[in-house]
Amino acid sequence: MMQNDILTILPALIVAAWGIVLLVVDLWIPRDRKGITALLAVVGLLVALGVSAVLFPLHTLGFSNMTVLDGFAIYADMIILVSGLLAIGLSYDFIRRIGIDRSEYYVLLLICSSGMILMAHAFDLIVVFLALELLSIPLYVLSGFARPQPASEEASLKYFVLGAFSSAFFLYGVALVYGGTGSTNFAQIIHALTANTLVNPSLFLIGAALLLIGLGFKVSAVPFHMWTPDVYQGAPSSVTAFMSVSVKVAGFAALLRVFVQVFPSLASELTPILWALAALTMIVGNLVALVQTNLKRLLAYSSIAHVGYLLMAFVAYGNAKVVGNATASILFYLVAYGLTSFAAWGVVVAAEQLEGRGLELTDYAGLGRKYPLLGLAMMVAMFSFAGIPPTLGFWGKFYVFQATLQAGSVWLAVIGVVTSIFSAYYYLRVLVVMYMQPGDPTAHPAPWLNLVTGASAAAVVLLAFVPAAVFNLAQQALMWFGV
Amino acid sequence: MNPLILTTFFPLVGFVVIAFLGAQQKALIRWVALATSLVTFLLSLWMLAQFQVGPAGFQMNTGKLVWAIAGNAEISAAMGIDGLGLLMVLLTTLLTPIAILSTWESVRERVKGFMLFFLLLETGMIGVFAALDLVLFFLFWEFTLVPMYFLIGMWGGERRVYAAIKFFLYTMAGSVFMLLAIIYMGVQSGTFYLPDLIANRAQFAGVQLWLFLGFAIAFAVKVPMWPLHTWLPDAHVEAPTAGSVILAGVLLKMGTYGFLRFNLPLFPQASVQLAPWIAGLAVIGILYGAIVSYAQHDMKRLVAYSSVSHLGFVMLGIFALNLQGISGAILQMVNHGLSTGALFLIVGMLYERKHTREMEAYGGIWKVVPWMGALMLIVTLSSLGLPGLNGFVGEFTILLGAFGSQAIGSQVLVGVATLGVIFAAVYLLFLFERVFLGGMRHAENANLLDLNWREVAMLLPLLILIFWIGIYPKPFFDLIAPTAQNLVTLVQSAPYSALLGH
Repeated sequence: MMQNDILTILPALIVAAWGIVLLVVDLWIPRDRKGITALLAVVGLLVALGVSAVLFPLHTLGFSNMTVLDGFAIYADMIILVSGLLAIGLSYDFIRRIGIDRSEYYVLLLICSSGMILMAHAFDLIVVFLALELLSIPLYVLSGFARPQPASEEASLKYFVLGAFSSAFFLYGVALVYGGTGSTNFAQIIHALTANTLVNPSLFLIGAALLLIGLGFKVSAVPFHMWTPDVYQGAPSSVTAFMSVSVKVAGFAALLRVFVQVFPSLASELTPILWALAALTMIVGNLVALVQTNLKRLLAYSSIAHVGYLLMAFVAYGNAKVVGNATASILFYLVAYGLTSFAAWGVVVAAEQLEGRGLELTDYAGLGRKYPLLGLAMMVAMFSFAGIPPTLGFWGKFYVFQATLQAGSVWLAVIGVVTSIFSAYYYLRVLVVMYMQPGDPTAHPAPWLNLVTGASAAAVVLLAFVPAAVFNLAQQALMWFGV
Repeated sequence: MNPLILTTFFPLVGFVVIAFLGAQQKALIRWVALATSLVTFLLSLWMLAQFQVGPAGFQMNTGKLVWAIAGNAEISAAMGIDGLGLLMVLLTTLLTPIAILSTWESVRERVKGFMLFFLLLETGMIGVFAALDLVLFFLFWEFTLVPMYFLIGMWGGERRVYAAIKFFLYTMAGSVFMLLAIIYMGVQSGTFYLPDLIANRAQFAGVQLWLFLGFAIAFAVKVPMWPLHTWLPDAHVEAPTAGSVILAGVLLKMGTYGFLRFNLPLFPQASVQLAPWIAGLAVIGILYGAIVSYAQHDMKRLVAYSSVSHLGFVMLGIFALNLQGISGAILQMVNHGLSTGALFLIVGMLYERKHTREMEAYGGIWKVVPWMGALMLIVTLSSLGLPGLNGFVGEFTILLGAFGSQAIGSQVLVGVATLGVIFAAVYLLFLFERVFLGGMRHAENANLLDLNWREVAMLLPLLILIFWIGIYPKPFFDLIAPTAQNLVTLVQSAPYSALLGH
């Protein structure tokens, strides 16, 4: 049994342990060779990635059913680990260039990743909460890593205060669910729900709603999104890149685990709420993005909008026939969104100047001509975000709209496509500035950054020709998920 | 090897070659692009040679190569072609080398990027006309926006950015509803393969009005039908000449093609039901386009609005829903590509010489540029429908069909549309007169150069076809007839044909 216990959290364990070891090892690495720390962090993530790949077909519970190992969790792990790797590639040169190359950076990134991985493997609300804190606290620090820049400090503080607030919601939700079902363990909650032996159904419902709020904060669904633009703008760009992908993956892993696998019976009560959340998130995210002049803020609102599309597919979860397809489409969308984000943020990182300058849209004028490859990556990213073929973003939209229509939510789908027209406007605006306006910007392409940006953009285009490969993987991941 | 697949993807070979050339090798890049598009044209001629005139269905069909599975529905990489698709592909492959040739002098900056986008665009356009799977069609359809957006936005005129964004957003706004309709049909029937969907169209009978509208909005924006046309003058005016030629010659046809390929056979009842309304909008477009054309000072704007009017005729022919109407509409799609393409080319040539498109800046230049004047006269007459030239054959057949159409059901309406033919003569002759006839208003125009060989080479193929279709249209009608007949049968065989009075 012990072996199974370890297996269920092995990827998280590797990453966390490696982070702690790295913290110590780093003391012996000379000041001028801190590149080794980054390299070691990469090795740790790669090992975890390899282990995850091996674990993919397994399915087991561990630690008295508190943690789980299944394809779904491993799928989320892989996105999180790849996102960590890409983030290190983006950071390597960047944090030295803007003078924040303290070696805790990589350690925090690893520990944060371990928290996200644990979240995907959690099978008990207490473990979910533990993972939530484990991923959040390093992120609070990372957001403020560019101290003493006021924007970065503000981002950190804001994220911390609001994050703590959302944690409180989540924890209160856990307490109420416990009160309602008599347990925090998913296996026992599922049992109680199927046997219909709830202690107090209304407590349970309120608890579930509070859980939704807590996780809604983390994935920045409207109206719990207020922190997102400020934090995304203030945090160092490389951290934002990591955060905008990984946190959403972890958040959706938890949402899907809790609501799709454990609380399917709540669907009828929650569907209208989710419907409204999805519609609001798409509308607010896309409309507010229209008026942004700072690229980081624009991408922040765009990330909110994409959460809206993910939630749109999530609405379908109450429909037993559709839930499998809907969940797979969310998993697919997360990959598309993640790769596209790294292509876009890579360009932002390259173009950012000291002290957060060089991030206004006007600063990008002429970038496409002066740096054709960075421009191309941004072009691919913008078209993918807007859902124009041949990009992975198109297929992401295709699949979530399909799930939505399958579930019969025609009006939600209509809201989705109408808001995506608005989104095309602000994505095109970035391209207009980059390609059609004269300017002489300075960017700092570096080897690793180029690799990450180029590889992400290439993957966005190339995988679009074999969408079935990614989608099948997502479907396989759901084999033991019970949908 | 399937000639259709070769034709569709051959431009990408040139794309790859050019991608590896240095940006400074402008001459080489131009020649590679031209050679690629010429080979593509030859490949399409080979396809024509292989094509069997007579049978209705899709030829060179790749079959259902299942490519992705979306939930319960299979997405296949199915391509195939019938008379309609073939003509459109030929029009595309003919106009592309001509358009590339037109950039020889006018595009001097960023030649590499221009040619890369142009070749991408060609593959996208051919793909639109060849795709038999709805998702594949949508991929190509939406993809054509990307290169065109950059062609307008980077190489266009003064207000290019505005025009490019407007073009992109209008088209996208229309097509997202088509995407929803496509997905809905896939979800319901488990396939996106067009022939299968047509066979099972009865299962959409209940919601076909909505599905029809989903498709129709996308296509109506592209055609463009009044009142969704406002992107067109901006895009046409700001686009570089090559862009305008392709935009008018091919991209607009994607809209009318879509109506023929999808709306009529998939949603016959809705087609019949809405035919009078669409015919009404078409007639408004015919008259509106003609009247607004007359009011223009800018030659390119005039030609752009004339497209609104001409495409109105095509729409009228399609929704006559009978053999003459549809045949005439398909022929007129080709005709418009030839005539308007040639008009844009000549306007572009004048612009290259004098850097203005204001008619006021010209006048009486026929004496100076006799060849250009002569060719312009032929093209003008073709566009206004002079008997003996191509425009007449198309418009006459359309009007014949529309007058006899039970679907439109109003001869008065068609009678009003006929006024459009007269208006066309007015604004086009007005254009010709203001630019080429009369006294020399500006002394410096005496130095204008006449056509050079490159320009003759661009116009000559178009002129040959203009005369050919005008004098002996039979081979074209032979290509069109099986498709048109098939469409009419598909519409009338629907259980609701009672509405048609048959």
